[in-house]
Amino acid sequence: MSRKERIAEAILTVVGLSSVAVLALIIFFIFREGAPFFAEVGLADFLGSTRWSPGKGHFGILPMIAGSFFVTLGALVVGVPLGLGCALYLSEFAPKRTAAVLKPLVEILAGIPSVVFGFIGLTVIVPLIRDHLGGPGFSVLASSLVLGVMILPTMVSITYDALRAVPQAYREGMLAVGADKWQTVTSVVLPAARSGILAAGILSMGRAVGETMAVIMVAGNATIIPTSLLDPVRTLTSNIALEMGYASGLHRQALFATGVVLFVVIGALNILARSFVRNRVR
Amino acid sequence: MLRRKEILRLPQAWLLLCLLAMALLSGCAREGRAGSITLAGSTSVQPFAEILAEEYARRYPERPSVNVQGGGSSAGARAAMSGTAHIGMLSRELAGSERELTPTVIAVDALALIVHRDNAVTELTKEQIKGIFSGRITDWSELGGAPGPIHVISREAGSGTRDAFDGLVMEGEDVLPRAIVQDSNGAVRETVAGDPRAIGYVSLGLVDDRVKAVKVDGVEASVETVRAGEYILVRPFLFVTKGEVPTGVKEFMEFVMGEEGQSILAGEGLVRAK
Repeated sequence: MSRKERIAEAILTVVGLSSVAVLALIIFFIFREGAPFFAEVGLADFLGSTRWSPGKGHFGILPMIAGSFFVTLGALVVGVPLGLGCALYLSEFAPKRTAAVLKPLVEILAGIPSVVFGFIGLTVIVPLIRDHLGGPGFSVLASSLVLGVMILPTMVSITYDALRAVPQAYREGMLAVGADKWQTVTSVVLPAARSGILAAGILSMGRAVGETMAVIMVAGNATIIPTSLLDPVRTLTSNIALEMGYASGLHRQALFATGVVLFVVIGALNILARSFVRNRVR
Repeated sequence: MLRRKEILRLPQAWLLLCLLAMALLSGCAREGRAGSITLAGSTSVQPFAEILAEEYARRYPERPSVNVQGGGSSAGARAAMSGTAHIGMLSRELAGSERELTPTVIAVDALALIVHRDNAVTELTKEQIKGIFSGRITDWSELGGAPGPIHVISREAGSGTRDAFDGLVMEGEDVLPRAIVQDSNGAVRETVAGDPRAIGYVSLGLVDDRVKAVKVDGVEASVETVRAGEYILVRPFLFVTKGEVPTGVKEFMEFVMGEEGQSILAGEGLVRAK
C-alpha cells in the first residue's frame, strides 16, 4: 500500500467513525438528561398515567404513547396497501419505460419537506374532515392520511427492491408450467419477497413514529387517549417538539425522558427490520 | 489521482474555501464588542427580549451586546437584586422584598378570547371562559350561541401566552386535556378563523378581522380599554434594575422605551407602555 493510500484510509476511518461517535453522543446525551427524571418521578407514573400537566407536576405520557401507536397504525393502514400496490405495479406489471418515469417520481415524494405535507393537511384535509365528518378536524384520521402518504416512498422503494431481488427464473418457471401473470405474482413473487416487504413495512413504521412537524400541524395535540378516528391526538415526538422551547427543570427532563421512550421504540423497530433483512439474505 | 492544481480548479474546493473564510470573518466581527448586558427572568418576556436584543445588536453594533436568559419572574428579580443580571424580567408586579428594585413597564400583555366571525356569542364572563376551558361548559347553546360542541383551542404548556391564560383565567384549574393544542398565536388564530365552533386565546395585538374578539365581563378587548385599566385579562411586562445602572444598560433601556423598542414590541402583539 502506498503512503497516499494509507493516509486516505486513515482519513476515511476517522470520518466513518465520526458518524458512529455522533450516534453514541446522542444516546449518551438523551439518557443523561432523561435518566434523573425516572429516578424522581418513577417509571409507573411516567408511562402509566394519563395526566400531562407539567406546570402542576403531572407527567403521564400514556396518551402520547397511545397517540403515537394509533397514528402510526393509521398511517400503515393507509400507506402499506398503497405502497405495496405501487411497488407491485412498477416491478411486475408496468412497461419498462413507464416504470423508469414513475419510480423517480415516487422518490421525489421523499424529498418534499414534511412541513409542506403538514401545510396541505392543515389547509385541505383538516377542513374537509371538520366539515363532512364532524369534530374539530384535527384528528387521528387527518394525521393517518398525511403520514400514510409520507411513508409511501420508503414503502415503495424497499418493496420494489425486494421484488426485483426475486430471481427471474422463478417467474419463468411459473410461466413455463402455464400460470398467468397474476398467479405468478401471488403464489411465487410475493412469498419470495416476503421478508423484504416486512422490512419495508417496519421501516415505514419507523418513519411514521418519528415524523414530527407534519403531525403537529394536523393532529390537534390534545393529551387524551383517542376513542374515535375524529379525536385529536398527541404523539411522542410532537410532545417534545411542542414544549421544548420553554421547558426548564423537571419539565425539560420529562421531555428528554419522552425522547428515551421514543429512542427505545425506534431502536426496537430497526433491530426488527434488520433481522428480517438478514433472514432474506440467508 | 488529482494533483493539487486540479483540485484548485474544482468549484467545490472554492466554495469550501469561501465558506471557511466567511465563517472566520463573521467570528471576528462578533468579537469586536466590549462587555455585555445580561437580562434574566420570565420566560414569557424572554422571546420579546431576545427580539429586542437582536434588533439592538443590528442597529447599534458598536454598543455592548445583550444576553438574554430565562429562569422565571422570581429568578429574574433575584438575579437583579444579587447583581447576577443587569436587568430582571418579570411578567407580574413586584412583590415583598422585590419592591426595592426599580420597575419599568416595557409593555402590557393582554389576552383576547377569539371566536369565529359567524359565532353569535359576543360576550363572555371570566367564569364562563373558565368553565369552557376546564370542560364544564361544552356546548355553545349554554352560552347563547347556535347549538354544537365547543372546540377549545389552547397553547402548549410553558408558552408565555398559556402561562398568562393559566394565571389570569384558570386560577389553578387544569385546561381540559381534550383541548386542541396549537404551537403559536398565529396557528390558534388560523384554527379559530376556519372553525365556526372554536374558541381560543391570543395576544391582543394579533387579533385581526378574520376572527372576533369577545367582550370579557362586558369590556371590549382593545388597546384603549387596556390602557384605561378596564380590560381584566392583562399582565405587565417589567424590566427591573437595582440602583444606579451603568451607561450601557441605560442606553439599552432608552432603546426599549423609545420609539424603536416600543414599535418592535407592538409589532409582536404587545400593548405599548406609552
